[in-house]
Amino acid sequence: MNAIETSGLVKIFGDTRAVDGVDLAVPAGTVYGLLGPNGAGKTTTVKMLATLLRPDDGQALVFGHDVRADPDAVRRLVSLTGQYASVDEDLTGTENLVLLGRLTGHSRAHAKERAAQLLDAFGLTEAAGKQVKHYSGGMRRRLDIAASILNTPQLLFLDEPTTGLDPRSRNQVWDIVRAVVAHGTTVLLTTQYLDEADQLASRIAVIDHGRVIAEGTKGELKASVGVGAVHLRLRDAHQRAEAQAVLSRVLDADVQLDSDPVALTARLSGRATEQAAEALAQLAREGITVDNFSLGQPSLDEVFLALTDKKEAAA
Amino acid sequence: MTVTKEPEALAAPKPEDLAALLLESHRPPRPSALSVSLTFGWRAVLKIKHVPEQLFDVTAFPVMMILMFTYLFGGALAGSPGEYLQYLLPGVTVTSVVMITMYTGVSVNTDIEKGVFDRFRTLPIWRPAPMVGYILGDLLRYVLASTTIVLVGLILGFRPEGGLVGVVLGVAVLVAFSFAFSWVWTMFGLLLRSEKSVMGVSMMVLFPLTFLSNVYVNPGTMPGWLQSFVNVNPISKLVDAVRALMAGGFNGQAMLWTLGYAILFTVVFGTWTMRLYNRK
Repeated sequence: MNAIETSGLVKIFGDTRAVDGVDLAVPAGTVYGLLGPNGAGKTTTVKMLATLLRPDDGQALVFGHDVRADPDAVRRLVSLTGQYASVDEDLTGTENLVLLGRLTGHSRAHAKERAAQLLDAFGLTEAAGKQVKHYSGGMRRRLDIAASILNTPQLLFLDEPTTGLDPRSRNQVWDIVRAVVAHGTTVLLTTQYLDEADQLASRIAVIDHGRVIAEGTKGELKASVGVGAVHLRLRDAHQRAEAQAVLSRVLDADVQLDSDPVALTARLSGRATEQAAEALAQLAREGITVDNFSLGQPSLDEVFLALTDKKEAAA
Repeated sequence: MTVTKEPEALAAPKPEDLAALLLESHRPPRPSALSVSLTFGWRAVLKIKHVPEQLFDVTAFPVMMILMFTYLFGGALAGSPGEYLQYLLPGVTVTSVVMITMYTGVSVNTDIEKGVFDRFRTLPIWRPAPMVGYILGDLLRYVLASTTIVLVGLILGFRPEGGLVGVVLGVAVLVAFSFAFSWVWTMFGLLLRSEKSVMGVSMMVLFPLTFLSNVYVNPGTMPGWLQSFVNVNPISKLVDAVRALMAGGFNGQAMLWTLGYAILFTVVFGTWTMRLYNRK
């Protein structure tokens, strides 16, 4: 059974169709990425699935339960870690978890025990007695996720879980998500970062202006966009025009001149590393010195540009 | 040598322990409406515990009220402050506590936009519980304010004929009414956009309600059209009921009116609050 199934999901705020006919099928036991820029409709979609907003049209099923007809059945299966920390800032870490434990029916003693275990597993024992408003962004996120898995949900919504975190905290959040999925929980992850979706998700839907504009496995999605780009820095700015000509011949692709007078960027398609190696070898043969090069994954910008270009071309 | 300790340098999460925790989890049966409401009440009390200064308002304000009115009007209205106090104290207790109920609206308003409410709303619990929790937490303030004011009254020379039992019963009726009346503020807390507008509306409602009543003077001295409002004002009915209890009597009619108003407020504004809460 699919963990989530939506068809023609719509949410309208005033004149804006924030979500405009979204169809999703999220297999149980996987991480599913909802990728899109700010305002694309990701959070609104998640809020409808988590029973926080009523859809204006269409249907949404969570493990077969309709979010509109039977919200309580859905609530028993899901947990939400919202974009803005879904923990109480005025309370301490322990108090937050005990509160949630009590609200979900645990005895006081068991709620306390569970809180202590979770705080320990999330590396928060030292901060357990401090008010959450004094926590760093990373600590807050961890507590937030700890609160979400207090009852081991079947489906966990993570709404931009690493936005604003430093790289180390981000990696720790990723480790936590992996552990949660390994246990069998389905995760719906929204993110603005392609590498985050890449690290965690097995399938991805790209959302823009309230619509799904592409859907598939990571591989499928990337193949549709191209593999990435190679960025070069030359020793001598005078050789740049020559290098541009060589690259566009070898790679058969657009080569952009960057604002830095010694730098240029070429789009790659297909076998990225081989192509890049070939291009570098050719540049060396022509006597152009390359000081530095890097092979980049397509950025979310590039994915978007490519996807929206395609859509416009097809229209 | 000085060592600067990095604030973020805390223990890393332990995914292995996490896995074990996820496995042993079981979900207990759905807790009762009473149990979750009390838990939300506990949350409100924790908030007071972390910022105890917020209780200053509910203790200093009543003291100020009673001192001000006793000595301002006492001589003119009853011959002496001491005699006026016997008439004034039950009413001023009611006024102070009813004034404090507006803080419920302010806390709902400042709290509701926070992310934690998204979590509360995704829990399979009795829906009104978070709102009931606020009001339960506020009962603590009401009791504290009433106690303060009665104690100050006793020091100034208030001698209720109903004795301790009468005073406690009077305060109990007042607190029960305030619980019902607080639903007005949970409604405004959800309806209005800012804390300031909640305060503004509260004042607009509370000033006429508490002053155009029988708290300060006998309504018999007022013009007829004003009397007709004063006599149906819920605050007047409540004051009559509380005054009778503190004086060792029982005013059945006033009690009935008070109960009726309490039910009305709870039903109308409780329902309205929940409509707004579910739509937020």
